[in-house]
Amino acid sequence: MPQFLLKRFLTLLATLFATSVIVFLVLEILPGDPALMLLGVDATDEQLAVLRNEMGLNRPAFTRYIAWMAGLLHGDFGISYSYKVPVSGLIVDRLFLTYPLAINAMIITMVLALSLGIFAAARHNKLGDVLVMSLSQVGISIPSFWFGILLVLLFAVHLGWFAAGGFAGWENPLAGLKSLLLPSLSLAVVQAAILTRITRSAVLEVLREDFVRTARAKGLSRGAILWGHVLRNAMIPVITMAGLLFGALLTGGIVVEQVFSLPGLGRLVFQAISNRDIEVVKAVVILLAFTVVMVNFFVDLLYAAIDPRLKAADV
Amino acid sequence: MALLEVSDLKVNLRTARGSVQAVRGLNFSLERGETLGIVGESGCGKSMTALALMGLLPDNAAPTGRIALHGQNLLELSEAQLSALRGDRMAMIFQEPMTSLNPLHRIGEQIAEPLRLHRKMSQRQARERALDLLNRVGIPNPVQRIDAYPHQLSGGQRQRVMIAMALACEPDILVADEPTTALDVTIQGQILDLIGRLVDETGMGLILISHDLGVIAETVNRVLVMYAGRAVEHGPVQDVFERMAHPYTRGLFAAMPRLREGVASWPRPALPTIAGIVPDLHDLSDAGCAFAPRCGFADARCGKETPPNMDLGNDHTADCWHTEQTLATPIEEQAT
Amino acid sequence: MYKLLAFLRRALRHRSFVVGGLLTAIMLSMALLSVFWTPYSPTAINVRKRLAGPSLDHWLGNDPYGRDVFSMIIVGAQNSIAVGMIAVGAGMSIGTLLGLVAAARRGWLEELIMRFSDFTYAFPAILSAIMFAAILGPNSINSIIAIAIFNIPIFARVSRASANVIWSRDFILAARAAGKGAVRITIEHVLPNILAILVVQITIQFALAILAEAALSYLGLGTQPPTPSWGRMLNEAQAMIFRAPSLVIFPGLAIVVSVLGLNLLGDGLRDLTDPRLSRQR
Repeated sequence: MPQFLLKRFLTLLATLFATSVIVFLVLEILPGDPALMLLGVDATDEQLAVLRNEMGLNRPAFTRYIAWMAGLLHGDFGISYSYKVPVSGLIVDRLFLTYPLAINAMIITMVLALSLGIFAAARHNKLGDVLVMSLSQVGISIPSFWFGILLVLLFAVHLGWFAAGGFAGWENPLAGLKSLLLPSLSLAVVQAAILTRITRSAVLEVLREDFVRTARAKGLSRGAILWGHVLRNAMIPVITMAGLLFGALLTGGIVVEQVFSLPGLGRLVFQAISNRDIEVVKAVVILLAFTVVMVNFFVDLLYAAIDPRLKAADV
Repeated sequence: MALLEVSDLKVNLRTARGSVQAVRGLNFSLERGETLGIVGESGCGKSMTALALMGLLPDNAAPTGRIALHGQNLLELSEAQLSALRGDRMAMIFQEPMTSLNPLHRIGEQIAEPLRLHRKMSQRQARERALDLLNRVGIPNPVQRIDAYPHQLSGGQRQRVMIAMALACEPDILVADEPTTALDVTIQGQILDLIGRLVDETGMGLILISHDLGVIAETVNRVLVMYAGRAVEHGPVQDVFERMAHPYTRGLFAAMPRLREGVASWPRPALPTIAGIVPDLHDLSDAGCAFAPRCGFADARCGKETPPNMDLGNDHTADCWHTEQTLATPIEEQAT
Repeated sequence: MYKLLAFLRRALRHRSFVVGGLLTAIMLSMALLSVFWTPYSPTAINVRKRLAGPSLDHWLGNDPYGRDVFSMIIVGAQNSIAVGMIAVGAGMSIGTLLGLVAAARRGWLEELIMRFSDFTYAFPAILSAIMFAAILGPNSINSIIAIAIFNIPIFARVSRASANVIWSRDFILAARAAGKGAVRITIEHVLPNILAILVVQITIQFALAILAEAALSYLGLGTQPPTPSWGRMLNEAQAMIFRAPSLVIFPGLAIVVSVLGLNLLGDGLRDLTDPRLSRQR
């Protein structure tokens, strides 16, 4: 068992490393000269030289990478060029919006998808199944940001129950959650549609397995079989997908934040893009990418915990 | 009253190509402590019969007739009532031990499941009984193995676990659908011995389904030969093997590879086969003998009139117009 | 030839395929039509008609700058289709090439390609699109590049998986025994057999590309003005949501119809080309 964990952990480290290298390459090396980008084509050579010095661009790329990574491990994300303050400060507050948003959306997604998926599988080929399949078919075709706009249209413009955007802050937790409700819903709808279909087909697959027939021969009722035997087995593909979905939710949140004018990492990164503030973009991207990698890692572990065959096979 | 009485069992299947009768009027009975073997090729309806007994037919299958367990017609019971009987009064083991156990549950839990369900045992009680059962079916080191997962056991061991699960509530009837077909030949014998021993010990009725005449010959008291959904020969196994009446049974027997005269010399005599192929159930009509097109003894009447159930004495019957002729012909000379 | 006809006859009986095909055809024909004719120029600003609702002259109304919404939508279809086709085409070509190479070569090359594609697969699409927009600047070409890049690992995976299945078949063994090289085998045998799966994947990815392009344009990172794009239309409409709420509906519907059509078409194609006909849906 520890051997299995070790192997997984090493893969995790390798992936994190590869991610950081790619982000660094794409955002720092590829664009060419950041100083030139910041100052524009008209800058004099002197101005460029001064800025390059300031930014530490005279060091070789390898050194800059190490310095950046070392900083990351200490929570130092560099200094923002446009705001002249440490990036970590800019990120911290916004973290507490973007991440809770993703988690909320994840909870809604899982609840919806699991219940609808199982419901549809249990009523395979009957009306309930057809309804769920049609709804989910439409659900995967809707852009989540448009769904968000429609929610605003209905609940804010028309009914006035919610604000059309903005974040109420966490001093009053309920108000904060309320302002995240519509955004979470609009994120969740698309992913829930996808996960519903996956849940449904996973359950249907398991229902056709031989051990379900054995369970029936033992006299278990259909309900008991569903809960005791089918669900655990069906969860394997579902959980794998759920891990990937969290990544999609977290990054999809960036778009949804724009829809609802939420002051999260999304707005930060877009402003940084217009200001050519590469340090900020690097920081947000690496943060999100690392989160996705970690989530997938934990899903992997969970997967192995559920399926005893894996622990044996992987050693 | 017989333990199990099956009268005029028919199973209708709705397929994409229309309705088809997989079982076309089966009659047999089973007493306590008796073992019945049902033998036939793939598609003859033997598995459907087993599933019908247990009430496990797929949704597109409709059984009619009477299946009386202790005099109660199972076909008239609700699903809830059947569930109560399954695993408790009647149990079934299947062909594929690899996939018939839930890979995510420990075998101890799976054996305990019917006990907790039907006998309302506590977890501890059920576990003790499961240990006992593992011992009875010959699993070495039960105390350790009880917490193992199915993938950690061999095929033969998995089948023993299936048997343990089936026997947990001491059922009156055990239905075994090709229990050894997926196992190595050496293990087959062990499992059959085990089943035979358990039947003797518990006095339960056994219905063993197989396509292998050899397996049947060694394990059961009575044999029922099925072809195209009907029983063609039925009787005590000794008598049936000594006096094979139905041409199909004879063909099956002749086709079994075994040591014969002249086998050491080259060229060896060709293995006899039954000419033709099993008929498509969609094309069968109710009247006439389904085997007629392939039968060396058939005449015009066989194709049109359904053969009667001929009593050959000793509780041995065969459905054929020409039993006198067949009984008089030695098997080696049987025309194919 | 009559394999094709027989296929078409089966296809026309399949609900998803028909509905999906119809919707997709509508979208494509609208786009095609708009190349030759639009009721008004999609970029013609008409301040007097700002935010007007649907009328006989302007069937879907006017946007905040007075432009005709209907014209913008059908011209916007051109944009979505162009971006989708080019991005998916590029991603598919490169990805399939990588996947086929991985399946043919096996060994460390395959490992490398697959590790790489696994890794980029987990890297969410929007994130990489934003990264590329950040460094390359916001415009349609860059969004095409970004979308193409996240299509590469998807096609690499799919083509490798199905190519592996073909490679393990006996007729390939026969070809190899006859002395055919890996390249010839790939082109003559493997590729034709995985074509059906690729086509299905293409329709799915096309749908996703339209969604991605819309999201990028909504964010301002994609197609820039004055080229009409559905995503940007939604952004502009949202700003006026209290004054002209109906404006947000049409561009969104256009997206949904196109994506739904492609998804249904893909589903239908998948069912029709699946050799395991008894597979449950």
